[in-house]
Amino acid sequence: MKLMNCPLNGPRPVLEFAFGGELRAMPDPDRASDAQWADYVWNRNGAPGVKREWWCHVPSGFWFIAERDTLRDVVIATYPCEAVLR
Amino acid sequence: MMRRLPPMADEWIDRSRPLAFRFEAAAYQGFGGDTISSALAAAGVMTVGRSFKYHRRRGLLSAANHDSNAIFQIGRRPTVRGDVTPLEPGLEVTAVNTFGGLERDKAQLIDRLAPFLPVGFYYKAFHGKRLAARWERLFRRLTGLGRVDLAAPREPTPKRYAFCHVLVIGGGPSGLSAALAAAAAGARVLLVEESAQLGGSGLHGSALDPARAATIRTLVARVAADKRIDVLCSTYAAGYYDDHWVALAEPHRLSKVRARAVVLASGAIEQPTVFRNNDLPGILLASGAQRLLYRYAIAPGSRVCVVAANDQACEAALDLLAQGVEVCAVIDLRRGAAGEALARLRGAKVVILEGWAPYEAHAGAGGALTAITVAPLGASPGAVVTAQARRLQCDAVLLGTGWAPALQLAAQAGARIVFDESLQRHRATELPPGLFVAGRAAGVGDFVARVAHGSQAGVQAAAVAAGTVAAGVSGGAPGDVVPSSSHPFAIIDHPGGKNFVDFDEDLQVRDLENAAQEGFDSVELMKRYSTVGMGPSQGKHSNVNAVRVLARKRGLSVGELGLTTARPMYHPVPLKLLAGRSFNAERKTPLDSRHTALGAVWMPAANWRRPEYYPRPGVTREQCIREEVRAVRERIGLIDVGTLGKIEIYGPEAGAFLDRVYAGRYSDLKVGMTRYGLMLDESATIIDDGVIARLGEQRYYFTTTTSGSATVFRELLRWNALWGLQCALVNVTGHRAAVNIAGPKSRAALQTLTNIDLSDAAFPYLAVREGQVAGVAARLMRVGFVGEIGYEVHVPWAGAARLWDALIEAGRRDELRAFGVEAQRVLRLEKGHLIVSQDTDGLSNPVEASSMWAVKMQKPYFVGQRSLRILQARGPRQLLTGLEILDGRLPRESHLIIEAGEIAGRLTSVARSAALGRNVALAMLRPDLATVGRELSIRVDDGAMVRAKVVPTPFYDPAGERQKSGVAA
Repeated sequence: MKLMNCPLNGPRPVLEFAFGGELRAMPDPDRASDAQWADYVWNRNGAPGVKREWWCHVPSGFWFIAERDTLRDVVIATYPCEAVLR
Repeated sequence: MMRRLPPMADEWIDRSRPLAFRFEAAAYQGFGGDTISSALAAAGVMTVGRSFKYHRRRGLLSAANHDSNAIFQIGRRPTVRGDVTPLEPGLEVTAVNTFGGLERDKAQLIDRLAPFLPVGFYYKAFHGKRLAARWERLFRRLTGLGRVDLAAPREPTPKRYAFCHVLVIGGGPSGLSAALAAAAAGARVLLVEESAQLGGSGLHGSALDPARAATIRTLVARVAADKRIDVLCSTYAAGYYDDHWVALAEPHRLSKVRARAVVLASGAIEQPTVFRNNDLPGILLASGAQRLLYRYAIAPGSRVCVVAANDQACEAALDLLAQGVEVCAVIDLRRGAAGEALARLRGAKVVILEGWAPYEAHAGAGGALTAITVAPLGASPGAVVTAQARRLQCDAVLLGTGWAPALQLAAQAGARIVFDESLQRHRATELPPGLFVAGRAAGVGDFVARVAHGSQAGVQAAAVAAGTVAAGVSGGAPGDVVPSSSHPFAIIDHPGGKNFVDFDEDLQVRDLENAAQEGFDSVELMKRYSTVGMGPSQGKHSNVNAVRVLARKRGLSVGELGLTTARPMYHPVPLKLLAGRSFNAERKTPLDSRHTALGAVWMPAANWRRPEYYPRPGVTREQCIREEVRAVRERIGLIDVGTLGKIEIYGPEAGAFLDRVYAGRYSDLKVGMTRYGLMLDESATIIDDGVIARLGEQRYYFTTTTSGSATVFRELLRWNALWGLQCALVNVTGHRAAVNIAGPKSRAALQTLTNIDLSDAAFPYLAVREGQVAGVAARLMRVGFVGEIGYEVHVPWAGAARLWDALIEAGRRDELRAFGVEAQRVLRLEKGHLIVSQDTDGLSNPVEASSMWAVKMQKPYFVGQRSLRILQARGPRQLLTGLEILDGRLPRESHLIIEAGEIAGRLTSVARSAALGRNVALAMLRPDLATVGRELSIRVDDGAMVRAKVVPTPFYDPAGERQKSGVAA
């Protein structure tokens, strides 16, 4: 089982984590066209590569960002979401 | 014939402990320390099983559990691996896959039908549908291994989690020295060995180099004395998973080990020479003979012929000579080979035929080996000069023409396996950080070099485990200059075939060539079509030879063809080890003991167990539920709703947060009031609902559905992390208990237990109050889910039982009834209240669920709002609609509504309503049909049509008078 480094709890088995999807910017709901909005809601980029993803350490309820190379299945870095959001 | 020799210095058997056992009903005797295989060999039993397809006689091959010849049935235990299963007194062992016993197996006739059983036979036989069923019945009887006794009792087996700094896989010379070196560097070491004792192949070749035995004894003793090394024998690493997470199959349990670094000292697996009848009992691997000799003091025969293409095979011949076993000839596929072992054989006047190969083996009357025909190798790979063939009388043949390093686990770990053409062996490259391959698995052949190589790997692994190196160093083989120990093509053609490449699956050279001819000419395709490598030994003895056959056929090199993917498990693992014990986490509310006392019938709800209803003697289930419903409608009912998700949110922006995650508005909710909440996802699908109570300016308490509680809370935390609003969420689902006391007389009963004024003026419908109930700190919410005046009472976990008992007592005068989930479903259906994920599905939005009353579209932003705007403009494709069933027959949930032959909707909830005196339902219906008064047809189970009519909801008390003011109280 893979290990993942939780920024709050340190390395833990990946079983303790839940995946929350790719970190994506939401378009402005008031300015986006219906088509743009539908694209945001329904379409995901499945191309392999380095992605920034939401991950949650379930027992502690801590959400953070993981940079993961989905081609090699390697977690490159993990950090609290404040680092990218604010 | 095999036989027991006088005691060997390091033998594993205890001659003072004779053990009687039976094989195929005949009585035999072995010793303590014997395996089933070795005990049979010592008793001179040459045929231990019948082959999978042709039912040919098979004998011991590797004596190491690498082959599948020695698989037995012991009573209820199928597929017992004889090479590694210790002999126990009184065992009743039988062979598998025979008809009428091993010696007289009626199915052996199939061997003569071999020409009619081409490669890919199953695919061809099953291709036509007509006969497939008959074929299948036949094959199920004729093939397969043990018998599974379906009545066998369950043996719960434990699973264990283990941790170590360095895991060493393999207890041979390199594994032992790796463990010692890692431990000396300060690491906590776990050493696993698949045999019953440590040492591996360390003693092999002791006749040539007696110092080996002393070295092995020292290493084993030092490992035993080292407190930092834990040793697990009779244990194999079954699978290698991410980040050095290794599954260890022990005899009676599975251990999941997390290591910081791993040394793979798994050795090499000897590959059989392929020639006609190379599967006769009496023909075994040279290393197999050495195992039998050193561990169990067994000679493979009395006149032995050794087929060799490397030093190790020559050493095996010397090992036999040293014990007085006659070696009649060494058939060396090489020409002009040098080496100490070969020189010593020459000195011992052993006949050595250089550049010769075995061509055909011959069996006598009893099926055992009597002679072998040998011939000089020809010009092209696989050819021999038959004109010069010679016949040698012998009763055993040792095969020692090639090795395949056991790199399966390295491949599972992510290493790339490449083929070294010059050394004719595979090696692992691009090892993941922290994995080191040592010893023969890395291609190091010499004994002293293996010990040194293991030590080097152990030091490196310990450094990685200690974090002193950045885990980037890979332990490859040091410059190995020894000649190749594998012949490039020890596969001899014969017009009569029966030259087996895969013993598990009875595959001959020509089967593989025909597979390639038919177009299955890559290693993966050939494997699947011919089933090579798919038997119990998973290709440990067949994959490399099969690739060589394919390479010759295609004119490519072995390296160009590659290898099939090695996946877990390394050996077949008993399913009971994988299954372990049943572990189903089941949550119980703090009132579980009270429900048990009332004899509740349980039903699962998410991972909780909840009372479905409370049975009464002599009353049917339906009647019980009806009585529980009536108690709520006419008197008082009490239900445990503690499984609801319960969340507290604090902070100046708590209201703003709720405004964003729910479709309704909560920042304007008055303190002391509650409001229904509908939660959507970004696509505007309804994902949850609940009640939000405002306890203070900056303090809310709200509920989620039972099934949604964990995921909803997690998603709320994510939104909170994303938005960074000034608020914090606490999940108190497990901390708090909750009950709903409802019914016309509930207010009066509850009032006797609390100082909170329950009058409509002081505590109106939808209000929330905090205070004491029965001496327990409680939050009371006046809700209307079941359609009568009622209160949800939320208390801390520890006060739940006290509250429950007090409520039961307070309601006794009015014949309070506890009611279960089924009664609640009927009650809420009479009110037309939907249940998320029963009446809605993964596509239902508030427009379609007729729930727009709970949505405030004018709010600035909430999750799902933008999508809902689009959906509103588009209009609903279905509508949640109330139906009255007109016929006596009750349809069921999910029955379809048919209009003009087309599906026009489906029922989501159905109930007989005693209060209404009719049967009602909710249905997702095509909008053009959802007009009050419209008649519809529902198709029920047997295809009959039941009539229904669209009616308005709520069905019961449409104005909601009863819940608002407690009518008839």
